[in-house]
Amino acid sequence: MLRFLLRSLLLGALVCSTVLVASFLLSRASGNLAINIAGPEASAEAIAKIQHELGLDRPLPVQFYDWAARAAHGDLGRSFLFHEKVSSLIATHFPVTFRLGVFAIVLALVVALPLGIAAALLEGTMFDIAIGAVALLGQAMPSFWLGLLLIIWFGIDLHWLPIAGVETWTGYILPSFVLAFVAIPVILRLTRSGMVDAMRADYVRTARAKGLSRASIVLKHALRNAAMPVVAVSAVQLGFILGGSVVVEVVFNIHGLGYLAWESIGKGDFPVVQAVVLLFSLIFVGLTVASDLVSALLDPRVRGA
Amino acid sequence: MSPVLEVRDLRVRFGAMAAVRGIDLAIERGQTHCLVGESGCGKSVSALAVMRLLPRGAKLEAGAIRFADEDIARLPERAMRRLRGDRMAMIFQEPMTSLNPAYTIGSQMTEVLRTHRGMGRAAAVERAEAMLARVGVSAPGMRLGQYPHQLSGGLRQRVMIATALLCEPDLLVADEPTTALDVTVQVGILKLLADLKRDLGLAMLLITHDLGVVARIADVVSVMYAGEIVEHAPAGQLFAEPLHPYTRGLLRAIPVPGKVKRGEKLATIPGIVPRTEAGFRGCAFRDRCGFATYECAEPIAARVEGAHRWRCRLEAGWREAA
Amino acid sequence: MSAIRRLPLVLGTAIAGFAVLVAILGPMLVPHDPFTQNLAHRFVPPEWLPGGSPAHPFGTDQLGRDYLARLVLGVRISLMIGLTAVVLSGLIGTTLGVIGGYFGGWVDAVVMFIVSCRLAIPIILVALTVVFLVGSSLTVVMLTIGLLLWERFAVVSRSATRQVASRDYVAAAWCAGCSRRSIVLGEILPNIVHHLIVVATVDMAIAILLAAALSFLGLGVPPPMPDLGLMIAEAKDYMFFKPWVIEIPGLALFVLVLGINLLGDGLRDLLGGESGG
Repeated sequence: MLRFLLRSLLLGALVCSTVLVASFLLSRASGNLAINIAGPEASAEAIAKIQHELGLDRPLPVQFYDWAARAAHGDLGRSFLFHEKVSSLIATHFPVTFRLGVFAIVLALVVALPLGIAAALLEGTMFDIAIGAVALLGQAMPSFWLGLLLIIWFGIDLHWLPIAGVETWTGYILPSFVLAFVAIPVILRLTRSGMVDAMRADYVRTARAKGLSRASIVLKHALRNAAMPVVAVSAVQLGFILGGSVVVEVVFNIHGLGYLAWESIGKGDFPVVQAVVLLFSLIFVGLTVASDLVSALLDPRVRGA
Repeated sequence: MSPVLEVRDLRVRFGAMAAVRGIDLAIERGQTHCLVGESGCGKSVSALAVMRLLPRGAKLEAGAIRFADEDIARLPERAMRRLRGDRMAMIFQEPMTSLNPAYTIGSQMTEVLRTHRGMGRAAAVERAEAMLARVGVSAPGMRLGQYPHQLSGGLRQRVMIATALLCEPDLLVADEPTTALDVTVQVGILKLLADLKRDLGLAMLLITHDLGVVARIADVVSVMYAGEIVEHAPAGQLFAEPLHPYTRGLLRAIPVPGKVKRGEKLATIPGIVPRTEAGFRGCAFRDRCGFATYECAEPIAARVEGAHRWRCRLEAGWREAA
Repeated sequence: MSAIRRLPLVLGTAIAGFAVLVAILGPMLVPHDPFTQNLAHRFVPPEWLPGGSPAHPFGTDQLGRDYLARLVLGVRISLMIGLTAVVLSGLIGTTLGVIGGYFGGWVDAVVMFIVSCRLAIPIILVALTVVFLVGSSLTVVMLTIGLLLWERFAVVSRSATRQVASRDYVAAAWCAGCSRRSIVLGEILPNIVHHLIVVATVDMAIAILLAAALSFLGLGVPPPMPDLGLMIAEAKDYMFFKPWVIEIPGLALFVLVLGINLLGDGLRDLLGGESGG
């Protein structure tokens, strides 16, 4: 168990540091950082001055070390665009995206788990086929288009929900739903196939031979085994939801991290982009480590290893 | 004394395929009834049908299954559930996968007692521990806290047996209980089953393809071929005087130490078990039988001689001819 | 039942086949040029709505360009992006996966580590950044997506290779003195290719959706190219009064991706491959 977790943590740390280097290199890949700040009409001297001030004229490894050392102390630099510390920008934008992501994954689980279980128990029936078709439709749905359609239907035609922003909690409903829509087909299919396998497993036949109730067979014996991969995938999906929230945030004009990153990319404000990318990667790695931990708790075979 | 289990004309179909084509079985208290045959002959399906645990797609068609003074062939699932694990129990071939990997041995044992006996946790744990000790599991208290993957195959099968016997059932159905185990472990499990049968007065239906197992444990043997019981006799009589060519072929295929000469080929039965669609007539073994004539395509009546029953139209004289 | 089971393959083949036909022949058949503006004929509604005209069956956009002509070209662009991205990511991913799966040990660990790193980065943000840095063009979008989307190929080809490599015929080829190269090319690849075909359809659908999202966010295919995502982005300011301006390109995108997914599902049933989650 301990070895397994240490391995998982070590791998996570390695992935994080690799992404750290990669995101640093990406931000330095364009030589025009100083030009971005100084503006296109700036003289060569002005650009050189800015470059020197920002330390951009030093060798890359030195720059990296300097940047990483500061980042470790929570200093992610200053935004060229917003003239604010990157760390405080992130602090103000993160909660919105985080709430969106959590609502979305909870919604996805609430929808996908019962439907997936029901489809597995009714394997081969029209209900099962219909659920499969819905999952297929969901997978093909471009999220920004779905968002716009929902705005038209629920915001404009029905006047039920706000069409932009998250000033009230109702503002979270539509964007969370759109984000959940991406994860639902994945979780649904996995739950269904996991339950189908589990219900065919020998241990379920044993449970039936023991005269246990249907509820105990489905919820205790089958679901526990089907749940293990679902937990892992849900964590990964939450990571994807957060990383992909930019589309939904732009559609619904929600000023979260994704929106911040989108604005910053368009303006060449790389310290911000770099920090957001890094943060999302860290969260993703954290989520995978957490999901390893949960699967270890759920699966005695891993726990004992 | 009336038998614990009495099966009459049991038929199971998978779509057009008739897997079990009208078998009769009767098992008394303290008796081990072995159902023998090649894989695909319908013996496991028969066992599952007795437990009413047939997989989806299989249809229990006709016949009566008399158990506990009822015909359970038509009993609703809810009532069946009360019998299973309580009055009738089953153990399976694959001890590796028949236990749920996610729960402890204790959890999987005590749930039987809590379901059928309404026992509290402490009492159930105590009873489970005693039963593990009874089936020869060392350190039973510790085993209750372990998970299936921490146990060897033989231990797991002992756990399965202990779980099956928790409620002191009248009937134990064992589907190839030793097939997946090492030979040395097999002997121990068979001896345990024989002891338990004697001590608890179990009626045991044991499914196997292994005539060695039959010789070791059976009181009564039914030989199955292509969904039918082709021969039925007390174990000693069957081994001494097989009356069906198929049984004889099976017995000849067993290597006996000392009797088989070096370089000599073991006898085999050529061909494979035919697929029997509904409406199949005559002896299913005729394509593989050296004595078959055109008459074998006609329906074969069962013949009885004392406790010996078989389905073959050949006169007793064929054996000398062979 | 078997008709229902065959439905994905039939429907998917029909939709994808139609899309390919449209992409190849469509621009020749539509009488209008997709770039010609006509400000006197802005927002002509599609034929089936009041005020529509048979001259523009799908109407015209905010600059008076024929929607059908743009749609047809948009499908071509989407398919081009999808195909290029899949070929590129298929090459990268399969190479990594087969190497990891065949050699195992630390080589495999390195491959899995690379895959983990790839999964950890938020793909849309990185793609947006790359397109911004390099400058947006169709080629850049195709290459960026292809370079980012190989992880499914890697994961599936790795596990399939591990399975195949443990089979007896591979051992037999090894014993017969075949080189590693000929084992990988002659024994392993042909036996995992059905998995890869299924992954290709899944990835193609994802690539098309991703490209549309990039264009929608303004850092994908640049105007005046009629990428389906870009058409939606350009039309969305007018959607409150004329919902059809986003409904038509969105529906086209949706059906296209659905068709590819259906094809993938049908092929999986037919070939017994796996999508690799």
